[in-house]
Order: sequence, then structure tokens, then C-alpha cells
Amino acid sequence: MLRFALRRLLSLALTLVAASLIIFVAIEIVPGDPASYMLGLNAQPETVAALREELGLNVSKPQRYFNWVGGMLRGDFGTSYTYRTEVTPMIADRLLISLPLALYALLLSTLIAFPAGVIAATRRGSGADLAVMGSTQIGIALPNFWFAMLLVSLFAIKLRWFASGGFPGWDTGLFAGLKALTLPAIALALPQASILARVMRSSLLDTLGEDFIRTARAKGLTARQALWRHALRNALIPVLTIIGLQFSFLLAGAVIIENIFYLPGLGRLIFQSLTQRDLIVVESVVMLLVFAVVLVTFLVDVAYAIVDPRLRRK
Amino acid sequence: MSARPSGVMRYRHMITGGLLVLTAIVAAVVSFYWTPFDVTQLDIANKLKKPSAEHWFGTDHFGRDIFSMIMVGARTSISVAIVAVGIGMAFGVPLGLAAASRRDSLLDETLMRINDLIFAFPALVIAILITAVYGASAINAIIAIGIFNIPVFARLTRGAALSLWERDFILAARVAGKSKFRISFEHILPNVLNLLIVQGTIQFSLGILAEAALSFVGLGAQPPLPSWGRMLSDSQTMISFAPHLAIFPGLAIVLTVLGLNLFGDGLRDYFDPRIRRDSR
Repeated sequence: MLRFALRRLLSLALTLVAASLIIFVAIEIVPGDPASYMLGLNAQPETVAALREELGLNVSKPQRYFNWVGGMLRGDFGTSYTYRTEVTPMIADRLLISLPLALYALLLSTLIAFPAGVIAATRRGSGADLAVMGSTQIGIALPNFWFAMLLVSLFAIKLRWFASGGFPGWDTGLFAGLKALTLPAIALALPQASILARVMRSSLLDTLGEDFIRTARAKGLTARQALWRHALRNALIPVLTIIGLQFSFLLAGAVIIENIFYLPGLGRLIFQSLTQRDLIVVESVVMLLVFAVVLVTFLVDVAYAIVDPRLRRK
Repeated sequence: MSARPSGVMRYRHMITGGLLVLTAIVAAVVSFYWTPFDVTQLDIANKLKKPSAEHWFGTDHFGRDIFSMIMVGARTSISVAIVAVGIGMAFGVPLGLAAASRRDSLLDETLMRINDLIFAFPALVIAILITAVYGASAINAIIAIGIFNIPVFARLTRGAALSLWERDFILAARVAGKSKFRISFEHILPNVLNLLIVQGTIQFSLGILAEAALSFVGLGAQPPLPSWGRMLSDSQTMISFAPHLAIFPGLAIVLTVLGLNLFGDGLRDYFDPRIRRDSR
């Protein structure tokens, strides 16, 4: 098990190194000098040179790459070109919104998908199954940003149950914070829940057809007991993979949803930085998103290997 | 999915899906020759009109006909998604075939690791990177979605091809002296084509959603090129007093994607001999 985890860890490290190289090279080929851009057209050459020195732009490109990666490893993402402040606290502040939002959406998606998938699978062919399959088909086709707009127009503008956007800050209380994240989380969760419910249904149907379920029934277990004691646990493996994948989709999807709800998370930060050409921030946020995706994939792989020892061999 | 409705029921889904997709394609093609109104023509006197006999889906804040804009927007959505699928197939399929023909070789290992690497970048993140470098445009949206499609097709092709390489008819071709390259294209490819077509419709529908999302945040098609995502983005501030601006382009996306998914599901069942036999 340890060897498996180490091997996966090595592969994780290699992926991150390759990803950091791609991101660095991609951003480096952007024409223009950040220092001149920050200081405007009328800047004196000496001022530009001083700023280049301050931003660490005077060293060779490989050296800059190592400075950037070394800094990130120490938790230092550099200095924002636009705000002239440290990028790390900026990102940390934004993560306090983006991360809870992704987790909230994941929780909602799981809470909707599990019962829906189980009902559809155990009552296959019934009206409930058809309703679940029909609504998930629509849920998958629904763009989350459009759904978000419809939610705002109904629950914020017409009914006035929620604010149409903005975030009051966690210091106003957990309830107020969660309330501000509720509509965005629903918008993110519903399309994902549709996918998850379908996977849950088909995985459970496959498991319910297995011999060991028949054996369990033959030993006298009721359908419900066989479902809860044997089928659900075994059906969970593919569902776990999808949940892992969805987390990264939710983080990336939050980039758009945050813009609709004016939430000051990573998504808004990345778009503001793009328009202000604050490329060090773009670079760092993209790297962080990639890190999150790779880390979650790694954790899912390890969780798998714990659940199913056969997977450790490959 | 393992649900196996009766034949008529299943074909009804596939036909419904096919009709929805066909409607979008016909709208896109017809828009090259005819639209009820000119989408470049501003008519401020008629701005924000509700749906009526004259303007079926109403007008926007510049007085442009929403129905005509949706027809023209279909062009952008469909062409971006189709080309992105094309890029994914053109690169992904040969890579997958090559990897499978040299299983566990350095080539196979390298290709699969590169695949994993691309998977680590969500499509939107690729688009953000490309936009940061080259600016926002429909072409860059195509490249971003296309790059994301490559590992999808490479993995699928490799997986399906690996099991085919174990089969007797491939062994026979090898004994006959055919090269791995020829076998890949003459025997393996035709046998994975069904899978590729089904995955193609899925990626096509995901491409439409991705294009809409990119245009929505301003990273896709740029004005004056109409696109469903940008129509939605424009409508955002007016949804309280002119909901029709948001409803119709949104419905266009949902119905096209729904159509593609239904059609894809139907195709998959049609190509799967086990399911076909069961439903007889």
C-alpha cells in the first residue's frame, strides 16, 4: 500500500512540475513588459528599471521559473503587478469563499443525487425512475450560468428570499455567509447532481444484478437489507470517482458562477487579473486550480486502493 | 445506462433528439441566406419588445430581433463545437491507436502521461491561459475546447483498441505480414468507429455548453459575431424587466444539448448488439 501511495505521489509531483512549466512558458510568451505596463506610457526608464528589479524581472527566465516555483513551495506567490501587494494573502482571502462554495455545491449535489439514484435503481422502470431519468437528462443539458440567472430572477428579484449577489463576509456570521453562497451553490450543484444520480443509478443496477446479491437474498435478507448491507457499498466505487472529478469541475465552474453573483472568490480574481494583465496572479491561480485537480485525483486513487486491494498492483 | 426501454420507446428518444439537433443545424444553415430581420440592423424605436407576431422572441436593447440572433448564434455554437470535436478526433484517435499498438512501450507511457497532464487543466483554465496570451476570440475558444477533447478521444481509442489487439482476426492480419500501422488503420479503426461516433456526439454537446460558457464570460466569440452565450451575458442586467432576453437563448442551448444527448444515447444503444438483441 505504501509503495502504491509513493508511486502515485511521484506521479503527482511530476504532473505538477510539467504543469508549472507549461503555465510559466505560456505566460512568459505574452508580449509586453509588466513593469512598463504598470507604470504607464510616460514612465522614466530608470523608474521602469527599478520596478523590474523590485519585481524580480531582471534575472534570466530559468532563474525566474525557479524563483516562482521555489516561492510557491514556501507559500509565497510573489507580488501582484496591479495591487503591489503579496499574492498569497490575496489568494487565501479568495479561497475562503471559493473553497466553501465548491464544498457546499458538492454536498448539495451528493444529497440530491444519492436518493434520486437509489430510488431510480430500486424502482427501475417505475414512474419515479422515469421522472429521475427525465429530469437528470434536462439537468445535464442545463448551462449552470443560465440556471444561476434564472435562480436570481426568481429567488432574489421576484421573491426576495436571497440577495442577488455579493458576499457579506464570514465575520457577519456563518448563517449569513452560507445564505449568500446558497443560490450559487444550487446553480453549481444541480447539473453535477444530474450526472451523479445517473452514475449512482447505473452502478447500483449493475451491482444489484451480481451473484453475491442473489446469494445474500437466498440467505434470507430482504431486498432492503441486501441493498443497504451489500449493494450500496459496492456501487459506491464509480460514484466516488465521479465525486472526485466533480470537485475540480466545481472549482473551475465556480469561476463563472462567482462572476454572476459578484462573489469575491478565485474566479473573480482571475478575471480581474486577466483584464488588468496582472499575469503573476493569473499564473498563480491557474497553478492552484491545477494543484487542486491533481491532488483530488491522487486522493481518489488512494481511497480506491484502500477500498479495493486489487487496484494497488497496477 | 442499463435501462432498456422497448424498441419503439428508444427510437422515439433518438428521433426526438435527432429532430432537435436538426432544427439547430437547419437554423444555422438557413441563417446564412435568410433571417426574419437583419441582426446587424439597430432599431432603437423597437427596443426590448416582448414576443409578438412580428418579433416571435421579442427584441433586445438595441431593437434587434432575438429569433434572428438565435439563428445566427447557432452558427457560432455549432461550428465551434464541431471543429473542437474535429481537433480532438484528429489528434486523439491516431495517438490512441499508436499507444495501443505499442502497449506499455515508452511511447504508450509518454502519451498517457501527457493525457493525464491535459486532464489536470479544466477546459476553462486552458481557455483562460490561451486568452491571457492571445486574447479572446472564437478561434481561441475552439483551440481551448479542442485541446481538452484530445485526451478524451486518445483514452477511449486506446482502451478499445487494446482489447481488439488480443483478438484472433488481428493475429491473422499480423501473420499475413501487415504492419502495426496498417492494422491500426485497416482493422482497429473501423471497429472502434461506433464508439468514436457516440463519444463524438457527447463531446459535441459538451462543446456547445463550453462555447456558451466561454462567450458568457467574454472569452469566446467577440462582437459583432452573435453567440448564445454572449446573448445571455448581455441579458444579465435586464433580466428583471425583459426576461425574454435570457429565456430564449438559454432554451436554445438546453434544447440543442438535450437533443445531442438523447441522440447520442440512442446511437449507443443502436450500436450495442447486446441491447438490440434484448429489445427484440
